[in-house]
Amino acid sequence: MISLTDVTKRFPHSSQPAVDRLSLEIEAGKVVCLVGPSGCGKTTTLKMINRLIEPTSGSIVVNGAEILRQDPVKLRRDIGYVIQSVGLMPHRTIEQNIETVPRLVGWDQARIRKRVDELVSIFDLDRDLLPRYPAELSGGQRQRVGVARALAVDPPVMLMDEPFGAVDPIVRERLQDEFLEIQSSLKKTIVFVTHDIDEAIKMSDRIVILNQGGKIEQHAPPEEILRSPANEFVMQFVGAERGLKRLSLVSVSDIGVEEGPVVSPSASADEAKRVIDEFGFGWTSVVDDGQLLGWVDEEMLHDAAGVDEVKARKFAAFVTPDSSLRKALDSVVSSRTQVAVVLGDGQNYLGILTLEHISKEIIH
Amino acid sequence: MGETQVTWFGFLMEVLSAVFEWFRDPANWSGSTGVPARMFEHIYISFLSVGISAAVALPAALYIGHTKRAEFLVTSIANLGRAIPSFAILAIMLPITIRMRLGLGFWPTVIALFLLGIPPILTNTYVGIQGVDADTIEAARGMGMTGGQVLRKLEIPLAAPLIVAGFRTALVQVIATATLAALVAWGGLGRFIIDGFAVRDEARIAAGAILVAALAIAAELSFGLVQRLFAVRLHR
Repeated sequence: MISLTDVTKRFPHSSQPAVDRLSLEIEAGKVVCLVGPSGCGKTTTLKMINRLIEPTSGSIVVNGAEILRQDPVKLRRDIGYVIQSVGLMPHRTIEQNIETVPRLVGWDQARIRKRVDELVSIFDLDRDLLPRYPAELSGGQRQRVGVARALAVDPPVMLMDEPFGAVDPIVRERLQDEFLEIQSSLKKTIVFVTHDIDEAIKMSDRIVILNQGGKIEQHAPPEEILRSPANEFVMQFVGAERGLKRLSLVSVSDIGVEEGPVVSPSASADEAKRVIDEFGFGWTSVVDDGQLLGWVDEEMLHDAAGVDEVKARKFAAFVTPDSSLRKALDSVVSSRTQVAVVLGDGQNYLGILTLEHISKEIIH
Repeated sequence: MGETQVTWFGFLMEVLSAVFEWFRDPANWSGSTGVPARMFEHIYISFLSVGISAAVALPAALYIGHTKRAEFLVTSIANLGRAIPSFAILAIMLPITIRMRLGLGFWPTVIALFLLGIPPILTNTYVGIQGVDADTIEAARGMGMTGGQVLRKLEIPLAAPLIVAGFRTALVQVIATATLAALVAWGGLGRFIIDGFAVRDEARIAAGAILVAALAIAAELSFGLVQRLFAVRLHR
């Protein structure tokens, strides 16, 4: 979809090129994050794709066409562009801001109106905001309007330069989630620049870690970068808690579950006690025909002859196969039973995850 | 001491009542040397001069502010314009226009006033355009606006209050200075002052001064109104 070949950018009056012979392939429909320390050329690279910065040499192909042979103005109208400060026009209403590109490309009024309505529903914008001016909106609202504006003519490619960098962490998290949700249905090809490795891990299908001069240190899916950093630089950049970060990218179904201590309600108390002793947790799950009823411990079984005589206690928390290992770990360390119970659809008992099992995944 | 004060006060009252009488005299309000005719001449030469200043300074400032090229020109021209007195320009231009057979007073005055009008229009327009938020411009370019569109749809509207303020300063200065036209044998409200001096008619001098001041204040106030209108439109 986007392919950069030997792209070099040398700014006047600087000895080192900002980007030196960078080659990169970006697949259609994926989010690719360019991350790296300041001065690594990530923003320069991004701006060369819509020719806000002209490459000194090399070739950039977007959608099968060499962009250096296209009219830059027309090129930019086909590529969405979002920057950290959003850059809404302060003297235009939100609606007028969103309509900017459709008007530039000459859509008629009816088509523009229809598209604004679509964007309002896609981004779940408050219609009351449309006649307002940018200064009247909160930072988070402005960011959403900025992304909506960039998508106004439904461009296949979006360039985003720290689009959520200017808002507080809580709002940023929400904007990121919303954006991922929207992206999962729109499937745009997105080049996303950030200096925040956690944002890159969360947002991208692939991460490109850049060093000074646009040198690619590693280009891989986030999980791979965390699991096996290519070199010292990547290891440093990814930082501490690499294992913990990776947990949020691996789901429970990826590592499988243990069956754990299980008895059926029809089991005798002695049998249940035997299972409890065997696993050493001090309790056992009670599962009836695949359905989890709860758990019992030895004390509860003290005066009973069979498991069905006591009322099994509910687990306080459980996870599903789709849950991340991070959530499973949280469930383990915050539950009294020291395990995460994994349930499928409708209380369907699948097994348990223990701290030991999860930590194997971290070390691996 | 007290006596001098009384004398000065008496003189002032005398002049004031003479001015009052002057304004009441219908002869001063009619014909080609009356207040309306002189007022019209004054307004005409002021607007014409500022119009020419704008025709030169506005495009230049828009270009420099938009492209951020040759920015040193703005400060040098502004400083030069402030350093050269209009009276000197008048004196220099007079022999030239006489030799070019352009007549006595009109063109030297227009040229002096035109030069006086340039610095405020140039500086304000440049500062306004150049001060538009760089990120907003980058976003606009990134969306595919041409340079002309960025200028028309973004930079000029956002700089408008400052540009209007530049016109206001230019016009007020030019109106005050257009009085000089009378020195080189042209009309305008300056006539009352110059002729009043010639015949030692204090009432006429004072009346001329009051009229010039009133015109300048009127221009200041009406432009202030225009400016506020722009500001309201932009930041309501």
